[in-house]
Amino acid sequence: MEDLLEILEDLHPDIDFETHEALIDQQVLDSFDIVTLIAEIDSVFDVTIPAEEIIPENFNSAKALYKLIERLSDY
Amino acid sequence: MFFTSYSFIIFLSIIFLLYYLIPKRLQWPLLLIASYIFYGFAGIKYFTYIVLTTISTYIVGLKIGNLYKEESKYLKENKGILSRVELKEYRTTSKSIRWKWLLFCMLLNFGILGVTKYTNFTISNINFILAKLGSGRQLGFLDIALPMGISFYTFKSMGYIIDVYRGKYEPERNIFKFALFVSFFPQIIQGPISRFDDLSETLFKEHNFDIKNFNDGMIRILWGFFKKLVIADRILVGVNTIIRNPDTYQGAFVFIGMLFYAYQLYADFTGGIDITIGISQVLGIKIKENFDRPYFSKNIAEYWRRWHITMGTWFKDYLFYPISVYKPMLNFSKYARRTFGDSIGKRLPVYISSIIVWFTTGIWHGASWNFIMWGLTNCFVILVSQELTPFYNWFHSKFNVKDKFLFRSFQVVRTILLMSAIRLFDCYRDVPMTFRMFGSMFTNFNVSDLFNGSLLNLGLSFADYIVLLIGLVILTTVSLIQRKGSVRDRLYKKPAILRYSVYYVLIVSIIVFGAYGVGYDSSQFIYNQF
Repeated sequence: MEDLLEILEDLHPDIDFETHEALIDQQVLDSFDIVTLIAEIDSVFDVTIPAEEIIPENFNSAKALYKLIERLSDY
Repeated sequence: MFFTSYSFIIFLSIIFLLYYLIPKRLQWPLLLIASYIFYGFAGIKYFTYIVLTTISTYIVGLKIGNLYKEESKYLKENKGILSRVELKEYRTTSKSIRWKWLLFCMLLNFGILGVTKYTNFTISNINFILAKLGSGRQLGFLDIALPMGISFYTFKSMGYIIDVYRGKYEPERNIFKFALFVSFFPQIIQGPISRFDDLSETLFKEHNFDIKNFNDGMIRILWGFFKKLVIADRILVGVNTIIRNPDTYQGAFVFIGMLFYAYQLYADFTGGIDITIGISQVLGIKIKENFDRPYFSKNIAEYWRRWHITMGTWFKDYLFYPISVYKPMLNFSKYARRTFGDSIGKRLPVYISSIIVWFTTGIWHGASWNFIMWGLTNCFVILVSQELTPFYNWFHSKFNVKDKFLFRSFQVVRTILLMSAIRLFDCYRDVPMTFRMFGSMFTNFNVSDLFNGSLLNLGLSFADYIVLLIGLVILTTVSLIQRKGSVRDRLYKKPAILRYSVYYVLIVSIIVFGAYGVGYDSSQFIYNQF
């Protein structure tokens, strides 16, 4: 989780990712951020997030995103 | 049969009446028949294309859906029995079979779109190259007409098949229901590009007559007619005079022409969508909004999130993301980081995907280099402003103007001017001409052209300018009120006399000020040609 928070904070240092629950709904993360994020996750966690998983529920919070990474790494 | 034709109004009245008179279970079949009749007016010969897309997507959808079901069942039954590696292997094999079906369906349908829309464009480019190489040989053009709405129904269908492939929802098992989704007449001409799960929620349901839906829908239709007939078709005359006579109208006229076109396109496209959503509302069917007051955007990226929303999200979900997160692209990103450093390596996937998406968006709008340049220029501006983010952050940390009304107004005007300038590609006959006219705004701008009466020679009378000005004030006021919620809901709370006066003025203004007279071209919607 810490690695993920570090990646997110690199993108937007001004956001508290530990508590934020509406990163997509409130347009904190845009499509460019999401793609950068996925490339970083691929590099750090060796997990590839497929396009069909790019839905608000998976990206609205760091927690949800971490859950997704865990689920995909189980695959 | 245009939305603004008398025959369409008669057609629509019959459909509205029958829809609520027949047994409710027959409502959606009636819409299917109506949609095919509407499509038939465009030409019987086009049926082959839409029927082929409908049948092929329907069959492949069923096939992929069944494969997905089998895969899920197998994985569930064998969880804990097979090893992780075995499960992964099964999943990969199964997915690759689904992918082959998806690929077949996409190649077939995008192939139809490609052949009908881009064959002659390709031939003209080949001819250009042949001429440059000194060859005397030229290829002949093919007589292929573009089937009505093909760009829209192909995108709708392909969105559906990709969603089924991704397991987002199960395929539709009733071919007639699916045929209605593809051909639903209010949105066949210019969208919005609905998603199956959104539209099907209300499209196939049984609907009781609802007076609020009826009122809402009818007002929305009238509002659309007002935008189209009173504003768009009126200003069209001035736009055409300027862009069709580039030798005469340069400099200040190009500037006026680009603002006129921005106004025309907005009134034309949003007016058409108002009519589409209004018709659907009368029928009890919900369609997602396609615009969110785009001319109040503070930058181009925001503008594209608020203009033609369903097209933008289609490209984002089905092209931008899949390309950006495609494994070879991610591997390329890793390679680029090692080779060029973190900063460039991070940007490359986003930039490459953006260029591909904007190239495609451009060519989707029309088979010409003008549209390709239009798309790529949009991309260029978005990427440059992305690169300037640190500068903007620095600027806002130094100057506390971000939320000031004047600064926000400056951003809005800047975005409108920038978008209007990019749209010059949409106006002039070729790319060099567009650059020449754009340049003339800086080299040949005579302020006196705006005040010496020349504007009255563009085919627009003084009275037309007054109507257009009043129209602009009304459109802006409505947009400002919309920030606080539905204009219609606010109107319903007003006294009946005021409410009915507004309806009356709207109807009368369409009849009196609608551009139907001599010299006016009761034109198609601009997006019809896309």
